[in-house]
Amino acid sequence: MTEQSSSEQKDPRAVKPEPLLHVTHLRAYLSSRHGVVKAVDDVSFEVGHGEAMGLVGESGSGKSVMSRAIMGLMPRRSDRTGSVLFKGRELIGLPRKEMSEIWGPQISMVFQDPGRSLNPVVPVERQLTEGMRRHLGLGRSEARGRALQLLREVGVSDPERRLRNYPHEMSGGMCQRVMIAAALACEPDLLIADEPTTALDVTIQRQILDLLRRVQRERNMSMILISHNLPLVAGRTDRTAVMYAGRLAETGSTRQVFESPRHRYTAALLAATPTITHERHSPFRLIPGTLPNPVKPPAGCRFAARCDHFHGPCHELGPDMTPVAAGHHVACADPVPAPAAVGARGGEHDGR
Amino acid sequence: MAGSGTAHLRGEDALLSVRNLVVEYHTDAGTVQAVSDVSFDVLPGETLGIVGESGCGKSSMGRAVLRLGGMTSGEISCAGERIDRADEKTMRALRRDMQMIFQNALGSLNPRRHVKEIVAEGLAIDGVPKAERDRRATDMLEEVGLTPERFSDMLPRQLSGGQAQRVAIARALALRPKLLVCDEPVSALDVSVQAQILNLMEKLKPEFDLTVVFIAHDLAVVRSVSDRVLVMYLGKVCEFGDSVEVYDNPVHPYTRALLESVPLPDPDRPFTGSPLEGDVPSPLAPPTGCRFSGRCPAAQERCARSEPEIREVLPGRFAACHYPLAAAADLPDPDARAAAADRREPQGREHEPTGRRPEGA
Repeated sequence: MTEQSSSEQKDPRAVKPEPLLHVTHLRAYLSSRHGVVKAVDDVSFEVGHGEAMGLVGESGSGKSVMSRAIMGLMPRRSDRTGSVLFKGRELIGLPRKEMSEIWGPQISMVFQDPGRSLNPVVPVERQLTEGMRRHLGLGRSEARGRALQLLREVGVSDPERRLRNYPHEMSGGMCQRVMIAAALACEPDLLIADEPTTALDVTIQRQILDLLRRVQRERNMSMILISHNLPLVAGRTDRTAVMYAGRLAETGSTRQVFESPRHRYTAALLAATPTITHERHSPFRLIPGTLPNPVKPPAGCRFAARCDHFHGPCHELGPDMTPVAAGHHVACADPVPAPAAVGARGGEHDGR
Repeated sequence: MAGSGTAHLRGEDALLSVRNLVVEYHTDAGTVQAVSDVSFDVLPGETLGIVGESGCGKSSMGRAVLRLGGMTSGEISCAGERIDRADEKTMRALRRDMQMIFQNALGSLNPRRHVKEIVAEGLAIDGVPKAERDRRATDMLEEVGLTPERFSDMLPRQLSGGQAQRVAIARALALRPKLLVCDEPVSALDVSVQAQILNLMEKLKPEFDLTVVFIAHDLAVVRSVSDRVLVMYLGKVCEFGDSVEVYDNPVHPYTRALLESVPLPDPDRPFTGSPLEGDVPSPLAPPTGCRFSGRCPAAQERCARSEPEIREVLPGRFAACHYPLAAAADLPDPDARAAAADRREPQGREHEPTGRRPEGA
C-alpha cells in the first residue's frame, strides 16, 4: 500500500504494477442529527497483491467507515465520493447487483463480533456453502466437501460435527474461525478483517491472528487488518496505515511505522500504549485534549490542537502525504526526526 | 492448577482477606462454579492485579468482595470485619470503606442525575449535611480533573467514556474508602483516554491512601498498576507473586502462555513463544486434576489425575502446578525440586517441558 498525493505523481500506474486496490480521494460522509459527519475525508492509498496492510486508529478515526466505504456497505443516509479501483474496476457508483458479485469471490469481510455476524438460526454448513453454491456454482456435496476442507484449514477440530452446529453452540473463538472460513469460501482476492479479535480472549486472539496471517500468505491474498490495538498489527502485516479524525496520518512499512514513527500522533499513540514491559507505576505519556468535532473538522492538521509540536504551518497542512523515506509517508508539518535508517519493506520475520 | 491451598497467604496484616471463596451460578444446564475455592490477601496500600481470560472468575470474585453478587461459601474480611456474615445494615456502613468502579462507567451512573448529585450520593446516604456534601463533591471533581463549573450540572449522557469514568472515580473516592475494587476500569476506553485514567488512578492512590484490587484481562494494563498479581484460570488460582517477577519470569505454564499471547509492538518479535492450543473448557464440566492440564504444553499424566496445591515455588512466588517452570536449583521446596527433576525424564511423553523453560530461570 502506497498512497499518492495527487499533486506530485501524475499517473503512478505508468511506473508501477497496478495495485489490487487503489483508493484515491475517498470521502465518506454520514448524516447525523448534528450535521454531516466527515468520517473519511480525502484518503488515498493502495494495497498491493498479496500484501497485508494494517489500518490502525482510535475510535472516531474513521477506520471502520473506510472499510465499509470500500465494500460499498454504507448506511442509507451517506455520501461516498472519490475513487475505489479494485483490479482496475471502479467500485464507486457500481450498481448493487454488480457489487453483490464482488462480495465473496472478490472482497470479503470478517467482523468484530462473530456471534452477531453469523446467522443465529442457520447451521454452520449452510453459512459456509451458501456463497460457494451461488458464486462458484458448486453442487451440494461438492460445497460440503469444500466446507469441511475450509474448517480444517482454519483449525476447527471435528469439522463434521461443527457443520451441524448453530452459532450459539460454539465459543467465540470457534465462531470467528467459522466466520473466517466463510469469508475465505469463495477465494477472495482481498480480505478485510475489521477488529477480528477484539471480542476474543488473548490466547484465542493469538490463534486467530496467526491463522489470518497464515491463510493470507498461503493463498497469496491481500488483507486489510483493522484494529485499535497497535501492537496487534505490528507482527501481522507488511504495511501499516495510521488514521486520525478521518484522515491518514502516516503510512509505511510496518517496521518503519513501529520502529521510527514520524507523525507526531503515531509517536504519541505508541507512547501511550501499555505494553507488558511497561515499568510499574510509571506514568504513561498523555495525549492532551480530545478528537476534533467530525462535523466541523479544523483546517490543516487535525491533530494540531493536541500536538506538542504544533506551529503555524500546521494550520495550512493539506490532506496530501509527503514522503519521508522510501515507502514511508506522513501528513505532518514537523515530523519526528528520522533515527538511523530503517528497512523499507517487510513487517515481521517468520522464524519464531 | 488449584486454588486450594493457603501457602501464599499473608494473614494478619492484610486489609482484605478472602478465604476459600466459592461462587456458584445455577443455570439450566447445571451449576457453574465460577470461583472455586480461592484465597488471597491484599495488604494495606498495595495494588493487587487479578488477571485471567473470560470465565476465569475474576469479576465474580470482585463482586463477591463487595457483596454485590452472591457467594456460595468462604470467608471475606475487610479491615477485620467479616463481610460474608454482615447483615444489610452493617454492610451499608462497611461499604463506605469499600467502593467499586466498573467497566461500563456510563452504565454505572444514574442517567437522570446531575454529575454533582452522583458524586455526592454516597455522602448523602452517609448523612453528610448538604453544604458539606456540595463542597466535597466539588473538591472531588477537581481531583479527577473535571472542572466543577463545567461538569457539575451535566447529565451522564453528555459525558464521554473517559469523563464518565472520572465521575465514577470521584463518586467512589468521595467517601474516602480504604479499599477500591476496579473491574476492567479502562477496557472500554481508547488508548489515549485509557492512559489518562491510569495516570489519574496512580496519582490518587497515595493521596487517598488506597488499597486497590484491579481486575482486568489486559496484562499490559495490569502490569503498569499492580504491586502483586494473581493469575486465574477457570475459577482457580494459577500463580501469585510480585508483578514484575511474575511477568519477567512466570513459573506457571498458563501465566507464561498468557504473557506470550500479548502482542508486542515489535515487527520482528510480535510474540515470544508458540501459541496455546485449544479453547478454554466449559466451566460446566471443568477438567479433572489441574484445570489447565488439557491445554498445557508441559502437562504430564499426573496433571489430569491430581489437582496441584498452591505452594511457594520461588521465594515469595506461589503457583499451583506440579511442574513449575523454574530451574530445579532455584526451588526452595524439596517437592518442587523433585518435580522439576522428574520432568527431565519425560516418561514417554512427546512434550519435553524442560525445553520450554524461560531463559535465566
